[in-house]
Amino acid sequence: MTWNSASEFFAMGGYGLYVWGSYAVAAACMAIEPVLVAMRHRQARRALIDEGTA
Amino acid sequence: MTFRFFQFAAPARYYRLAGVLVPWCWAAFALLAAAGLYVGFFRAPTDATQGDAYRIIFIHVPAAWMSMVLYVAMAFWAAIGWAFNARLASMLARAIAPTGAMFTFLALWTGAFWGKPAWGTWWVWDARLTSELILLFLYAGFLAIVASIDEPRRADRAGALVAVVGSVNVPIIYFSVKWWNTLHQGATITLTTAPKMVSSMLVAMLLMTLAFWAYAFAVVFTRSRAIVLERERHAAWTADTARAPHGAAAATGAPT
Repeated sequence: MTWNSASEFFAMGGYGLYVWGSYAVAAACMAIEPVLVAMRHRQARRALIDEGTA
Repeated sequence: MTFRFFQFAAPARYYRLAGVLVPWCWAAFALLAAAGLYVGFFRAPTDATQGDAYRIIFIHVPAAWMSMVLYVAMAFWAAIGWAFNARLASMLARAIAPTGAMFTFLALWTGAFWGKPAWGTWWVWDARLTSELILLFLYAGFLAIVASIDEPRRADRAGALVAVVGSVNVPIIYFSVKWWNTLHQGATITLTTAPKMVSSMLVAMLLMTLAFWAYAFAVVFTRSRAIVLERERHAAWTADTARAPHGAAAATGAPT
């Protein structure tokens, strides 16, 4: 095992800012985009339903 | 028959098929990303020269690959949509563009966060970095031109022109580290030579690449389904589909 403790893991050998700065932004982008597309799909469906019943 | 397939049957059938595939793509993404992160952070050793900063590679390289692969896919479908007057292909191109742009941004962002510890700078106007930045502008150009033209098929054709002309940039990005003297290192993985990496590092990178593929498929399928509904809203099948419980089930695809 590379890490002896959690703090060692988060420190990333002194490169924590760079490693976590990369991973955090990637995780944020890849969490937000699926929500946005799901909302767009739901909106498209709802618009069709409204059109049909109106 | 072929004509009808492209003109009408395809969007309805595609909508249902994509809807079935999306959950599987998400499951594959979750498993592959979990495995890739585990190997990347707990099995791969600390690099002898770069320390732990190198672990950015597990998202940087997959994101950069996706940025190029998705651009080629976008240009391909845009060209098909233009050449064969196939609406669905053009819709697919539009669905790919935002995800490609997102991965391009991530490749640049993670590159900057790796460049700082490795080279001492966030950014240099080096051939690899500059051509990747141009790729981001090409995605932005495609999205902007498609959004700015109201008539959908005209917008598709204009977007296809941008996408196809811009695809010249993809081999430039790929070969930039060979053609020019760049600060960016050469290709880590090539088809012709043995990988110059510890196998656990390689495994983590490939798992993350497959995870990003699964992610891209899931998001592009979902976005293209939304685009199909938006664009085909006057076709009979879309109204039936929208009212069906899970959006995928009911439509018979046989409009009257």
